[in-house]
Amino acid sequence: MNEVVRPEAARPTPVSSGDARDRGGKAQPILTAENLRKYFPIHGGVLMRKIAVVKAVDDVSFMVLKGESLGIVGESGCGKSTLARLLMCLTPRDAGSLVFDGDPIGGTSGLSLRELRRYMQIVFQDSDASLNPRLTVEDSIAYGPRVHGMASAEARALARDLLQRVGLRPELFGMRYPHELSGGQKQRVNVARALALNPRLLILDEAVSALDKSVAAQVLNLLRSLKRSFNLTYLFISHDLDVVQYISDRVLVMYLGQIVEIGPAEAIYRRPMHPYTRALLNSRLALDPRDRVETAPLTGDPPNPINPPSGCRFRTRCPFAEPICAKAAPALAKWVDRASHVAACHMADRASGHSRAGAAPPPLARHVRPEAIVSG
Amino acid sequence: MTAAVARLLPISNREAAAPLVMVEDLHVKFVSRDETVEAVNGVSISLRHGEVLCIIGESGSGKSVTMRALMSLLPKRRTQISGSMRIGDHDILALSERQLAKLRGSVVSMIFQEPMTALDPVYTIGHQIAETVVRHEGISWRAAQDRALELLQLVKVPSPERRLQSYPHELSGGLRQRAMIAIALSCRPALLLADEPTTALDATVQIQVLVLLRNLQREFGMGLIFVTHDMGVAAQIADEVAVMYAGRIVEYGSARDVLMNPRHPYTIGMLASTVHGEMRGKDIEAIPGSAPDLHALPPGCSFAPRCKSAVSDCIASVPPVAMVAPGHGASCIRLGEDCGPGASRAIFNS
Amino acid sequence: MTDASFPLSLPSGAEDRFAAAPRGYWHTVGRRLRYDYVTLFFLLVVGLIALAAILAPLVAPFDPNKTSMLYRLKPIGYRGFLLGTDELGRDMLSRLIWGGRMSLTMGLTPVAIATSIGGFLGVVAGFAGGWVNMLVMRTMDVFYAFPSVLLAVAISGTMGGGVANGLVALTLVFIPPLCRVSEAATTQIRTRDFVEAARASGASTLSIIFYHVLRNIMAPVFIYASSLISVSILLAAGLSFLGLGVEPPTADWGLMLSTLRQSIYVQPLICALPGVAIFIASLSFNLVSDGLRQAMDIRV
Repeated sequence: MNEVVRPEAARPTPVSSGDARDRGGKAQPILTAENLRKYFPIHGGVLMRKIAVVKAVDDVSFMVLKGESLGIVGESGCGKSTLARLLMCLTPRDAGSLVFDGDPIGGTSGLSLRELRRYMQIVFQDSDASLNPRLTVEDSIAYGPRVHGMASAEARALARDLLQRVGLRPELFGMRYPHELSGGQKQRVNVARALALNPRLLILDEAVSALDKSVAAQVLNLLRSLKRSFNLTYLFISHDLDVVQYISDRVLVMYLGQIVEIGPAEAIYRRPMHPYTRALLNSRLALDPRDRVETAPLTGDPPNPINPPSGCRFRTRCPFAEPICAKAAPALAKWVDRASHVAACHMADRASGHSRAGAAPPPLARHVRPEAIVSG
Repeated sequence: MTAAVARLLPISNREAAAPLVMVEDLHVKFVSRDETVEAVNGVSISLRHGEVLCIIGESGSGKSVTMRALMSLLPKRRTQISGSMRIGDHDILALSERQLAKLRGSVVSMIFQEPMTALDPVYTIGHQIAETVVRHEGISWRAAQDRALELLQLVKVPSPERRLQSYPHELSGGLRQRAMIAIALSCRPALLLADEPTTALDATVQIQVLVLLRNLQREFGMGLIFVTHDMGVAAQIADEVAVMYAGRIVEYGSARDVLMNPRHPYTIGMLASTVHGEMRGKDIEAIPGSAPDLHALPPGCSFAPRCKSAVSDCIASVPPVAMVAPGHGASCIRLGEDCGPGASRAIFNS
Repeated sequence: MTDASFPLSLPSGAEDRFAAAPRGYWHTVGRRLRYDYVTLFFLLVVGLIALAAILAPLVAPFDPNKTSMLYRLKPIGYRGFLLGTDELGRDMLSRLIWGGRMSLTMGLTPVAIATSIGGFLGVVAGFAGGWVNMLVMRTMDVFYAFPSVLLAVAISGTMGGGVANGLVALTLVFIPPLCRVSEAATTQIRTRDFVEAARASGASTLSIIFYHVLRNIMAPVFIYASSLISVSILLAAGLSFLGLGVEPPTADWGLMLSTLRQSIYVQPLICALPGVAIFIASLSFNLVSDGLRQAMDIRV
């Protein structure tokens, strides 16, 4: 289907009236990922044979609901960036399926990649590397629509309109080259470029991590307002827990290529179930010098995804590890709706055989002031 | 230790009241054919022995340049430095290159943001630590290797005997950073400079390194100047805090004063725009605009173009430091009016 | 139609430095060159050489092929022969000017053709990756293994000498390095995020190559090619010197050097002149290309 993107479609009506592009209704998730897997082989030795495998993403399944902001947190090596690329089909997956609003992606009867590009877009972390240094800002934004058949003049008009909407005056910024913009401005251009194809789902892969805090705040405000006016669903990937807490409705925590916990943001941040999530939350720094951390909650570095530990991957750093954890990997319980809060931990599963199975998780450390966390 | 090195160390039985670091009215300009960048515009710092100072600023604030000027690491040809800098007894601007080389590593050490580029990839970390020790203290290689092992244990590197033989690329980010700290501490410097060493680390590793640094600093009684853009890091580790903007210090004081009771509009704005979960559902109060162009600083207060409380007097001249409390000063002419205390109360309404 | 909840870009800050006129890449290059006096001077020299070569029929005072037994090996300034005469009585200045035409052609043409062919092969290899890449690059490596002079002499000699064969030989010598530079640049650009972003927009590979990749590799390939011009001039002169390039009586610097060799004890200054010409031309192109490299290597 090579339909031309009409300029009017770039200014959709706000959320309250129905979205013309919606196919399955509100209850159907916009994106369903099942059993996604991506292993990267490592070649070595004289004949460059495969000597090891990096299990970047290992059996990941989750759903993204329409109109929500799903936050994905994790540290380096957890596979969140690989996951983003798998979802965008920029990297081919080894196993698993993806379904977009009821239509499977790939395969003979599903959405083609080209069609998918109109529905899902991504904003990368490095705002500078994401822009062609030889193209003006306007040309960079207009490229996507032109590839899908829009006429050049229309595409430029669309680009100027989008620049206006991300807060950059088109007459001042349209003809500039990337090296003439600051980091925050470049990231705004990247957002405008992602929106040029009028997507429904926007993946933000550490989109504000490389920006100064004050600039990141501006971009976050922009993202919140654009979500309303463009009727978007967000997948917000970051290692910064505070930012994810601010912008997400639900949060997904990853560790070494697997999901360890999913739940509503308030539940995750107030009553985390998985010991890794708890350690991450206790590692946050407070702004009050009286609330200093005296002992680090976790020792050691995040391990290498090349040879993950058997059973539960977190057991080597977990203060509650027991023999059962080495023998059997805990499964993530099936979650039913947007309020479900589940964790892949033997302590959360009554039938696991862990000594603390079914017991209430210990409270967070004092300094994170859980009572101050208020849902928006 | 050899006599040569003993001469260069600050006299350790001097009274602790004498400052370890004394920087007065430092100006640093980078001059090239096309343009002049005024990176640092009149910075004054003083640090006592055993004290931790955190310099907070965003990119372009001049914080890293200040630190590198202190160790005289800036490129000689393009740089114009004026003002005075003293570490202990030594006047940094008056020292020759050889004397500076003796100073670096033994009296003052630095750790950097990217350990991968700061460590030499072709030597094992055991070799790099031992080399520093041998060069400054002149002991035998065998003894230096033992010292290297001690240091790795001190920075809590697991299986230190094995790690002595590891190359930098074989270590994870957190371990590399610890190795860099070990190298920096190998000659027990009196002053440690840290240039955003935890920015590139994961949260769980960052907190370990910060706790480690704090413990080591207390144990050795070192002065520590820590540069960061993260106010949470400053809260975690600092005794004193200085906030920099466009090459000037706009506010300084104890960590408690500056972070809990900020007075300068920039500090207030930074704290208000630090994202945390309590802000869910509301817009963040971001500071509008972006950092000033260091090629052409605006006249007067450099923050005036972005400041909500700016008046026409603000651009007339650079505002002098106003002491709002003992030991707590901010460079704003509107202090005492309601741009100060009221705004800061609004942030911490928990 | 702006959303009022976030601030528009303010008229202060770093963005205003460029508010006057957004400057493109070439504009910035030009600005930097303006201060580089060495490069500008040698650019002038190159320009003069090129001008002299193009306008040779008008500029040369005498017919370069007119021999005269009377005026053989006359010194500089003798009776209107500004630079003296060679062993057959021909005016040196005129021969140098016409020889310049030949040398420049032999210098520029192979490089130009090799850039197109090598550049194309490099982009294909860089983009395709896998076995295509290996095939192309290893073939190039085979040629690259030979020293360029040896390769040029071998190819030219096998084909029998002459201008056309010399051009072919030089082109073949320059294709591997240009292919290598082009492939390296393409591989580097291919992994950058903006190419990923273009793929994420649904663009086809061809569109990405033409719209995104080519513009970005043009700079390194062009700079490398310009540095090859001086080498090409030298190699061409070398081939002619060995008798494998231009044939007599055509004026060519290398050939002139070869034939004047025997007369070196009679008029040493005259015999050195073609060498001086080769030296100046080669050096000028080299310095200009170096200056261009510095000006174009913009890290903003």
